[in-house]
Amino acid sequence: MVSSTNFFSGSLFEITSNINNYFHLKEQNEILADENSRLRNSLSTLKISEEIAPIIVDSTIGGFVYKGARVIKNSYSKTNNQLTINKGANDTIEVDMGVITSKGLVGIVNRVSANYGRIQSILNTNSQINAALKKSNHFGFLSWNGKNPNVVQLTEIPKLAPLQVGDTIITGGNSSIFPRGILVGRVENFSVSSEDTFIVDVKLFNDMTKLSHVYLIKNPNLIEIKNLEEANDNAE
Amino acid sequence: MQNNAIFINALRFLGLLLLQVLVLNNINFLGYINPYLYILFILIFPFTGNKSLLIGLSFLLGLSIDFFSDSGGVHAAASVFIAYLRPFLLKFSFGVSYEYNAIKLSKVTFSERLIYISLMVILHHLVLFSLEIFSVSRILLILKSTLFSGIFSIILILCSLVLFSRKT
Repeated sequence: MVSSTNFFSGSLFEITSNINNYFHLKEQNEILADENSRLRNSLSTLKISEEIAPIIVDSTIGGFVYKGARVIKNSYSKTNNQLTINKGANDTIEVDMGVITSKGLVGIVNRVSANYGRIQSILNTNSQINAALKKSNHFGFLSWNGKNPNVVQLTEIPKLAPLQVGDTIITGGNSSIFPRGILVGRVENFSVSSEDTFIVDVKLFNDMTKLSHVYLIKNPNLIEIKNLEEANDNAE
Repeated sequence: MQNNAIFINALRFLGLLLLQVLVLNNINFLGYINPYLYILFILIFPFTGNKSLLIGLSFLLGLSIDFFSDSGGVHAAASVFIAYLRPFLLKFSFGVSYEYNAIKLSKVTFSERLIYISLMVILHHLVLFSLEIFSVSRILLILKSTLFSGIFSIILILCSLVLFSRKT
């Protein structure tokens, strides 16, 4: 019930973030230019590989849809942080869409009103997001211990995983919310938990204290996957 | 005179609400320390005023802050808590003179004022952070946040009292 996605707080935050954004235009421009050049590079390599071996792309498979939005209220100093964005149900934003920036993971939409949406940040002690080691595909769950807004914890990584400081962590693709391979962060240090699995401190690529433009990811097959997973018929 | 008091309190309510959600909630000193100046409204609400009205207004103020900070009701709970305790704390800090309705916050000694403000702020912050963090295993974080945010709030409240006191 009580959320900042209502008309009064939403429009007030939108006005103030409009003003605030002017002070970060240069920085945001550089981030966008960086992303553009990276996308151009991957586009050119894609073109070459298409010439060598044309891949058959079935548009019904995969097919994550991306949408842009702007963060109008950020929060990172509490134990359960939530962000507010300037798009809502009228812009076809739905609950359970994934949220990223060009640098990495941000969170998951957990509430929408007509014109605003609320995101449960990864800096929230209730968050559990599937993530994996890039080089070996061992996966675990991202959670947060509430201490440092730049460091999250990756738990339940099996002990036989070849873990090293500096390894890249990406989203695992086992969740139906995020596609595989979205950057999360770098391993800062790790220890062994009581259940004989690794607890890894992951330094985020994103600066969660300075979020502005974000992308929302919609998985058009989400409902089908959920229905399939929840059906509990026994195979007889 | 009565109208004047209503107008001043309404203005203070709105002013403190906007100041809190637009400025003070974004300070994040050392990463997590924010002052909660809005309880100034509860602190300096007329001492002779209606007690149930104050509790109602505190609930509204806390709830409004909750709406802006996505905190689900913890500010409302903490504000109502100190609004309810205010008469007891006034009696405790100012002693008998409170009973005769003869005190003004600008007229009491500094130490009495400091005791009153500190007690209200610390109690408010303790309830606020206990409900917000809501975990026994993080009791150290609760106490740490209460202490540091509390000191910040107390300093800010004392400063604003000095700045905005009318010289009579």
